[in-house]
Amino acid sequence: MRYAIFDKIGLRRGKPRGTGCGKGRRRCCAGATGECRCGLDAMEPGERCTIRRLCGCGPVRQRLLDLGFQPGREVRMVRNAPLLDPIELQLDDSFIVLRRREAAQIQVRHD
Amino acid sequence: MTEPRTPSLVALAGQQNAGKSTLFNLLTGLQQHIANYPGVTVDKKYGGYTARGRRFDVVDLPGAYSLSPFSLEERVARSFLLTEAPDVVVNVLDATNLRRALPLTFQLLEMGAPVVVALNMMDAADRRGLEIDLDALERRLCVPVVPVVGRRGVGEAELRSAIAETAAAGRVVPATLNYGPLEKEVARIQATLSAEPALYGISARWLAVKLLEGDSEAEALLADRMENPHGLLDELYRARSAFETQHGLSAGDHICACRDSHAAEIAAACVTDTRAGEVPVSERIDRVLLNRFLAPVFLVATIWAIYQLSIVQGYQLTEVTWPILATFRSFVGGLLPDPGFLTDPQLRAMGLWTVDSMNTLLSYVPIFLILFALIAILEDSGYMARIAFILDRILHRFGLHGQSTLPFILAGVFAGGCAVPGVMATKGIPDARARLATILTVPFMNCMAKIPLYALIINIWFPQAKGLMLFYLSTFTVIAALLVAKLLTTSLLRKEETAPFVMELPSYHLPTISGVMHRAFSRTWLYIRKVATVVLAVATVIYALLQFPGVPAERQLDYQSQAEAAIARFYAEMATNPLRTEVQEPARLVRLVTLQTDFAAEIKSAETQAARAALADALRRDHPDAALFLLPDATPDARAANAALQTLSETRAELRRELRRDRLESSFLGYVGRGLEPVTRFADFDWKINVALLTSFAARENSVATFGVLYDQDDGQNLSLEERMGATQLAEGRSAVSSVALLLFFALYPPCLATVIAVRMQTGSLNWMLFSIAFPTLLGLATASAVFTLASALGLTGLQAMAAVHALALGVLILVALPKPWLARLGAQPTVEAAE
Repeated sequence: MRYAIFDKIGLRRGKPRGTGCGKGRRRCCAGATGECRCGLDAMEPGERCTIRRLCGCGPVRQRLLDLGFQPGREVRMVRNAPLLDPIELQLDDSFIVLRRREAAQIQVRHD
Repeated sequence: MTEPRTPSLVALAGQQNAGKSTLFNLLTGLQQHIANYPGVTVDKKYGGYTARGRRFDVVDLPGAYSLSPFSLEERVARSFLLTEAPDVVVNVLDATNLRRALPLTFQLLEMGAPVVVALNMMDAADRRGLEIDLDALERRLCVPVVPVVGRRGVGEAELRSAIAETAAAGRVVPATLNYGPLEKEVARIQATLSAEPALYGISARWLAVKLLEGDSEAEALLADRMENPHGLLDELYRARSAFETQHGLSAGDHICACRDSHAAEIAAACVTDTRAGEVPVSERIDRVLLNRFLAPVFLVATIWAIYQLSIVQGYQLTEVTWPILATFRSFVGGLLPDPGFLTDPQLRAMGLWTVDSMNTLLSYVPIFLILFALIAILEDSGYMARIAFILDRILHRFGLHGQSTLPFILAGVFAGGCAVPGVMATKGIPDARARLATILTVPFMNCMAKIPLYALIINIWFPQAKGLMLFYLSTFTVIAALLVAKLLTTSLLRKEETAPFVMELPSYHLPTISGVMHRAFSRTWLYIRKVATVVLAVATVIYALLQFPGVPAERQLDYQSQAEAAIARFYAEMATNPLRTEVQEPARLVRLVTLQTDFAAEIKSAETQAARAALADALRRDHPDAALFLLPDATPDARAANAALQTLSETRAELRRELRRDRLESSFLGYVGRGLEPVTRFADFDWKINVALLTSFAARENSVATFGVLYDQDDGQNLSLEERMGATQLAEGRSAVSSVALLLFFALYPPCLATVIAVRMQTGSLNWMLFSIAFPTLLGLATASAVFTLASALGLTGLQAMAAVHALALGVLILVALPKPWLARLGAQPTVEAAE
């Protein structure tokens, strides 16, 4: 009930659109590791995953690549910002924050 | 500088947060300058030093993660490296994150640049338990690697000698990185390029790789240098698409991945993490500071502390520094020609006006020093990045950026700041659209100079609701700024380039005293230098606009004759007084009257009996002749002389005041103020308010001073400006509603001159500067007119009108801020599906 209301006014974590995982994003990655197309924004704090590929093009993509979001690397979701939007990620020793919108461009596979 | 040999050019290249600027400061000391790279608003910091009898010019390149053509900073860095071909490139690496830093090093090596690697932040790496095998790193990279700790100056001498040796060694052979399956193509293109004479001086290997990456700038370079690049470009296109179909991966991605895996390999070989698996200290701190519920608490506490320390405490410090400025004013006053009886010599009036304008600005220096030092601490410690992280969502809703927080804080989110450093601080915002929106909305904040007018009007009309009105005003300005930002980013700025919010959270550092002081002083100095000079020039112009064309000749004569009559009366009263001989010459009389006025003012401001006695003693010592008149002893003659002198100087003060008001009314600015009345009538601004608002464009403090002249007291009344203005305005049929209109206009008032100059500097565009003046003026006028007209029609009281405006603005804000899922459902398609 609560989630339904939050969803309706758009306050629920993760945008209602464009996470790439359909509705039940928690379930989507459970079994079929190969087929999953989760965006990095669908991760919960504390979860780990491996980068599959980067969508999009142009400066954003390049910046993400430069920061080390290379396919095959492992990422850990550290935390959400207090208002849930930018998220903090850990790549080896560095901590990087990005908005969910950009995180959605990074497709990952759960480990 | 007198060496026969040409100086060596040293460029500092590195990623953001690698400590490039610290190393730059270390190398060049105080010999540094800031300029812009041609055509762009990217700072070019350059300086120099002399070592081993040789001059080294050092340039700090903008921070770049790689040398791609996507970001402005990277383009600037790259074109500098290509066109200037520095003798040495010092590649500053963050020792704690070698893997991410090395790809840039590879690109520099491929370019054939003579690289010296400065491995910075070795202390942080030590603390984190990273053991770096420097010899192995040197062997793998084939360039000198110097470990340094920029913030403590460790390794400075070694770095200097490595630079000198590399500069002496001359050109180097570009390094080659193996690109695996793409290697054949790279070698082929490289061979074609090196056979091309038009490309002499550019590393063929580097260019081949860049072209295969599909780098637009490299293609442009090719088109620029070669007469017919089409064949080559076509070949490149075929090579790229062949690779993509064969490997299911674009050539650019492959090259990028090659660099990354090579970097990973070197990092793994040279770095041993003795504490692998442990949670870093910064992360442990963040678990508290960035906790979902505690983060806002810490944020508010930090902002409150900044406000308390800089604005409240700094304001008390200005009471200590103000006497210094006042002494400077009297010193200048002493140098300038003496004042006349009725009018002062032009030189004196202008000189003092200039000093006053400058003093108003300089009086804020203590506040700025504290504010900038605190902000430097926030930046150096790493908390500023966290503030951006916490607030980004709110600001992003309005088209701004997490990093807009700092400019808003500087400009005075909560009454008291200055828009000039605020606008300057927008430099760090990577998103061009959000940056422009920030620059244009920062001046809405309540800078320190807006407060006096707020206080004046509120004291006149809302003595019972001072706190409430100030609260309304300060929140209203923030709301207005956010709404305007949203409006601009969705309309005028829609076409501007935008960048994502992708930022590394730096580890927490303990800021060093020297680092903080350096930044605080250099920012304050920037303010003093750039602002004070311009404000001085414009203060002079405003002075002229206020002085000329001047009072008509016949009225001037009228004042003159009144003054002469007053002097004659004085002499008549003194006819039988033996002290008359003391003031026989008119020049002496004028000096005496001036002295009397100054002395009376000093006595009035002295608080204790002792202070007054000290003043009297000083007068007896310095001006024994005048003391006879000013400090009458018991004799009736002296008392009569004193009384006569007092009458004279009162008449003089009154005449001067009348003349000043007359001059203001008949000045250019006065004409303009009257000319604007038909427009400003709807907001209930008369010409006096118009003139005050016009003069406040130079510096906002002027508004109150101008009101002081315009609402002058008549004969011998001793009322405060508030009482005078209140009485006059009431007599003119004004109400609290019209004062609300004035307050709202002043809240939205265009930026002052100094800010406008800063806007010009930061946007690099005259058009934006003009826009930053025109838009708030129109907005303010429209708001003020609407509020006055509607509130008068509805018969609201001032407080009701203000509350209504505030509620309305808040409502709109919430409406804009709330997510609108129905819009998303209407418009955008899911992004990932689209990308597939």
